[in-house]
Amino acid sequence: MPDATELELTAQELRDRDGESVIETEFHRGRAVLVINPPKIKSVLAHLEGKGYTFLASLHGVDYYPDEPRLGVLYELLDMKRVDRISVKARVPTDAPHIDSVVEQFPGAEFPEREVYDMFGVVFDGHPDMRRILMPEDYEGYPQRRDFPVGGEPVLFTFNEETTYGKNV
Amino acid sequence: MEVKREPLGGAGDPADLRIRQLQARDMLRGDLEGEDLERYVEQRVMTTTMDKAVAWARGNSFFPLTFGLACCAIEQIHIVASRMDLARFGWEAFRASPRQADLMILSGRVSIKMAPVIRRIYDQMLDPKWAISMGACCSSMGVFNNYALVPADKFMPVDVHVPGCPPRPEALAHGIIKLRAKVQLNPPPGWRERYDAIGTEELLPGETGSPDINVFRPGDTAGA
Repeated sequence: MPDATELELTAQELRDRDGESVIETEFHRGRAVLVINPPKIKSVLAHLEGKGYTFLASLHGVDYYPDEPRLGVLYELLDMKRVDRISVKARVPTDAPHIDSVVEQFPGAEFPEREVYDMFGVVFDGHPDMRRILMPEDYEGYPQRRDFPVGGEPVLFTFNEETTYGKNV
Repeated sequence: MEVKREPLGGAGDPADLRIRQLQARDMLRGDLEGEDLERYVEQRVMTTTMDKAVAWARGNSFFPLTFGLACCAIEQIHIVASRMDLARFGWEAFRASPRQADLMILSGRVSIKMAPVIRRIYDQMLDPKWAISMGACCSSMGVFNNYALVPADKFMPVDVHVPGCPPRPEALAHGIIKLRAKVQLNPPPGWRERYDAIGTEELLPGETGSPDINVFRPGDTAGA
């Protein structure tokens, strides 16, 4: 992990190249996170890749309900030579959940981006095959969002055995 | 023809049975005539109905489908291994094709995406066919009671539910023995025996006398 100073230096490098790219930095329990402006994701990742973070270890989504903008897309980058990790976070709102795809830069991001689209509804512009990967293709809704009902079958416990199916219906 | 049944070996001394057995071993055609011959045949013929004979054969020769869904499949594998040894009951021939199988063991959680596939495999099986829902996920969705799963009863008929997470191989073998009793027109009374309710029927409130009660009847091969 870069320490807090190195994280700030990296952020400053990005700000020097594009003043709107980095919104803030977070350093919590040794984990360095760059919170960036979503439209700048490709240039930020390209710069970090040039610094040595050549491996996209993970790409995943988060729902920060009730904070706005709600959805987050996290890119975990790894520098294989220095064994150094940095996270890049982009927050997108639910009413326009769009962000550029990084498949051209990191081909391994194809399936994770489809999964984030499947579970959180974030649309990755420029993705070669933007469709659901886990749920059926005709499924409605994005099940990992916090406001999605848990669903499932009602289970009979003692507290609801009188009101659920089978009795007093 | 009036059929008069007698216990095997007659009413007399058990030693007489042994004597008749030894006699039968040396018996030649023409040795017995008339009344003796009728009596001899009557003692050696077992009468039953075709339904019962077929059910007896079916119940002792299940061909389960080679099919596993999740962690329960690991327990399902064990029932053919030496400890449970399903071959004792004649069910060891796991078939790789649904066309050759007549028992589907749903061993694991069924996701919404998998459900149409399973339904299709079930439809490809030839009648008569049965299904066992193994484990909590397949019956009531268990710990995965969320958006991703669907209980098996929603898209196909299930004959026996085996609870557990996962059920031990003994539990699955018990479930299959219950299924055998069901196929052999001898359904286990279950709770009816414990509550002294044999011969009673389940009635929903306000539906007294309805013919569509969901109660197993002898001869049913699905539902119940």
